[in-house]
Amino acid sequence: MAPLLTTSESSRESLLFSMRAVGAAVIVGMLTLLLVGRLVHLQIFKHQHFTTLSENNRVKIVPIAPTRGLIFDRRGEILAQNLPAYSLEVVPEAVEDIDALIAELRGIIEITGGDEEAYFAALARKRRFERVPLRLRLEDREVARFSVNRHRFPGVDVGARLIRNYPLGELGIHLVGYVGRINKRELDRIDRADYRGTSHIGKTGVEASYEDWLHGTVGYQRVEANAQGRILRVLERHDPVPGRNLFLTMDARLQRTAEAALGDENGAIVALEPMTGAVLAMVSSPGADPNLFAGGIDVETYRALQRSPDRPLFNRAVNGQYPPGSTIKPFVGLAGLERGIDHARGTSWCPGWFRLPGRKHRYRDWKKYGHGRVGLRDAIVQSCDVYFYELALAMGIDRMYEYLSSFGFGERTGIRLGGESRGLAPSRAWKRNARDEPWFPGETLITGIGQGYVLTTPLQLASATAAIATRGVRLRPRVVDRAVDPVSGDIERFEPETIAPIRLIESSNWERIIEAMTGVVHGQRGTARKINDGLAYRLAGKTGTAQVFTVRQNEEYDARKLDKKLHDHGLFIAFAPVERPRIAVAVVVENGGSGSGAAAPLARTVIDAYLGDDTLPPAVVPGRPARSAAANDGSGPALAATVHPVPG
Amino acid sequence: MEPRVAVSERMRLDLPLLFGVLVLSAFGLVALYSAGGRDTDLVVRQAIRLAIGFGFMCAIAQVAPRRFFSWAPSLYLAGVLLLCAVPVLGETAQGAQRWLRVGPIRFQPSEFVKLTVPLMVAWYLSRGDLPPRFWRIVLGGCLTLLPVALVIRQPDLGTALLVAASGAFVLFLAGTGWRYIVALAASAAACVPLLWHFMHDYQRRRVLTLLDPQQDPLGAGYHIIQATIAIGSGGMHGKGWFNGTQSQLDFLPERSTDFVFAVIAEEFGLLGILVLLSAYLFIVYRGLYIAVQAQSTFGKLLAGALVLTFFIYVFVNIGMVSGILPVVGLPLPLVSYGGTSMVTLMAGFGIVMSLHTHRVPILR
Repeated sequence: MAPLLTTSESSRESLLFSMRAVGAAVIVGMLTLLLVGRLVHLQIFKHQHFTTLSENNRVKIVPIAPTRGLIFDRRGEILAQNLPAYSLEVVPEAVEDIDALIAELRGIIEITGGDEEAYFAALARKRRFERVPLRLRLEDREVARFSVNRHRFPGVDVGARLIRNYPLGELGIHLVGYVGRINKRELDRIDRADYRGTSHIGKTGVEASYEDWLHGTVGYQRVEANAQGRILRVLERHDPVPGRNLFLTMDARLQRTAEAALGDENGAIVALEPMTGAVLAMVSSPGADPNLFAGGIDVETYRALQRSPDRPLFNRAVNGQYPPGSTIKPFVGLAGLERGIDHARGTSWCPGWFRLPGRKHRYRDWKKYGHGRVGLRDAIVQSCDVYFYELALAMGIDRMYEYLSSFGFGERTGIRLGGESRGLAPSRAWKRNARDEPWFPGETLITGIGQGYVLTTPLQLASATAAIATRGVRLRPRVVDRAVDPVSGDIERFEPETIAPIRLIESSNWERIIEAMTGVVHGQRGTARKINDGLAYRLAGKTGTAQVFTVRQNEEYDARKLDKKLHDHGLFIAFAPVERPRIAVAVVVENGGSGSGAAAPLARTVIDAYLGDDTLPPAVVPGRPARSAAANDGSGPALAATVHPVPG
Repeated sequence: MEPRVAVSERMRLDLPLLFGVLVLSAFGLVALYSAGGRDTDLVVRQAIRLAIGFGFMCAIAQVAPRRFFSWAPSLYLAGVLLLCAVPVLGETAQGAQRWLRVGPIRFQPSEFVKLTVPLMVAWYLSRGDLPPRFWRIVLGGCLTLLPVALVIRQPDLGTALLVAASGAFVLFLAGTGWRYIVALAASAAACVPLLWHFMHDYQRRRVLTLLDPQQDPLGAGYHIIQATIAIGSGGMHGKGWFNGTQSQLDFLPERSTDFVFAVIAEEFGLLGILVLLSAYLFIVYRGLYIAVQAQSTFGKLLAGALVLTFFIYVFVNIGMVSGILPVVGLPLPLVSYGGTSMVTLMAGFGIVMSLHTHRVPILR
């Protein structure tokens, strides 16, 4: 035990130890101060910084998608709505053996291998407590069957989200448009914040051009989330503002009639209300079912639609550009009268052809042996080409251009329907700029009968026709009559918008042209006289037949020998009643043959339907129909319990 | 004798040290209740561990210091043998083989070694004159490094560090000349590349992560980033008990074990931390005082080394959590949830108390 006892030796050791102990104490103190220094640095000097980081950790913003506005026709018939689509969803962390679960679920619900694959693919991108869809688009029967058996499947639930639905199917697809998944290009264009939580966006038609009105404003929840992202509680909720319900100017019944009239033909019909510019019907045939796009179209079907030679996704009414053919004659004739061209007040001898002085080329009339002596009225009624060759030549292309453009040819009408085509009203300046070529007199001739370079869209034709009907008042064609706020019920009207009117020096010229157009239908020799049978009102119109295929000088047009694709387009423009026009129509039947045979009867059908329908209100009835109120007040009662925000 | 003195004297307990340990344990339970998400079971289990620890402390405090002295070589030998047995008989957990099972009892021999190394080195050095001569320093160093090498192989870097520190503290307190200390520090620094070579990938990553946590924010850097956010956002006063968003919402990993300090810093702020550090400092200084008061060289060296090792625990843990030291798996002593090191720590305090309460009144 010697080392334990104290000696003088050990008192020296004791001193040495004490010094070391003091040294250790000092080092301990210094190291502690180092720690304190670090903590002061973190907790005092960088406190603000770390507070921000900690807040960012904790609080997440979860978007709540707004309910898209509904679309109605002018009378309140639903064209586009939101329907719940049910899907079977699984919370991975609540399921022990997914394979066994799927096997058991298959007893009541059909789950394909593809569904299973999609589930495991989605699983990889989700967190363990997030719902992963196992089967999409459950049928009502399947939902019911699952609900009864729900207790057997913990961690499995039916989720609902709203998808766009077009109850009338193809009807008015080109006008109403459709929604589809937001693509990359659109993502760059839209305000991403506003579309968080929304997966679809308007692609065409009103759905696209009134996207701002229909979309609404995104809501959000500030939630407290833990490190795994699980939402623990909602700190703050800002409800989304649902999109506005839109009432179109279109009349679904008239649209239906027009579509039926066109039947299987390719072509377009546009019906306008002349005094307001309201689009009453807008048909482009063929169409397609917009529900395909809203529900997620498969690649095959989409390709087929895109590649179809009939181009069902192409809106012929605003994007189809056709030679107007003889339907241009009333406008050219009016220009001649107004410009005081002697020829417009005189007559022509029509032998069935016209030859420019000093040239050999014969410009033919559609009637082989000619119309004989005709004035302006007869030239319009019988659609004499020779008369208009001479008139065009006398007037010159530039004056003709001036009048054609004042009716809106070669210019966009400004309809709010996205990507409208301009058409073409040719002039010397245009040809010099576009083609760097001089203008030839022969081109003036054929422009006078609506051939050559001149191109119009059916909408332009209808709009120009409406301008004759109103005697020069022009209104911008419009498709939406009013927007109704689904929450407050506030109505916002889109007022008719006038554009530069056509003022004639001699206003009686309107009546001369209109009288001639009336003769087209009601006259003994009118080209559209076949449609006047039993007419209860007076109808003014003009036929047109546009060449697709140029017949050589020594040949004759024979429809039987030509491929249908090379047949003439049949056109007809009309308005009625002549005295107080309520409707103006343009019809184009692609490769339909003559305007009188293919197009005029369709115009009559449409106008009959519109004027003969006593239930049609003269103007749009204000207020919102009962159906709209129930269907879109932000959260339908049936859905409120089951809809949860779908991220992405 | 006064009755009050008589109680603690008879119990062989040092009241100030006991007070410090109790305060810390209570602080720890309070923090754990919040860190564990108000899990009462967790707190109860920790309290039971603490109670067992106190039992050990009281029991060991009854043992007279001369017994420690005479048992030191055999205890040391037993420790080394147990360490050697680990690779052969040990159980593997979390990629490291540290555990030995004897019947129902499972323990880590490396914990045992934390006590036997300072015992042995203090025994060895106190048998000769102080300050120790060169060869005695070398041999003392070897006595330390042998178990350290065995622990590193498990691998358990944190414990190895503590074992090495406990031996080194004995050498330091024994008065080893400064030139030796400098030489030792230099050779330790020279060993760093060698150590790097022997490190496991995860250990290397921890060191790299310390240098730049943002490099791997979701991997190894995540711990450090979230811990510093927790500490920093706590500020001066803290967010309040149960209100630490970093800890309550699960952003902070291992928040009831190694990273419990971050919870305290977040919820109680700098003020709470200063209280905690004061308690630790109080225990360390009381321990050093006891060491100075010890009546034998052996006792002085042993007590000093034990409390300094205790401080290393504190320093390394807080340094790691606050981002100035690499992530080494060391708990915050007496506060972190977990049992193994707690018993060792309490046993250490038992030895220190025994040394203090078994003093023989000196008659002059």
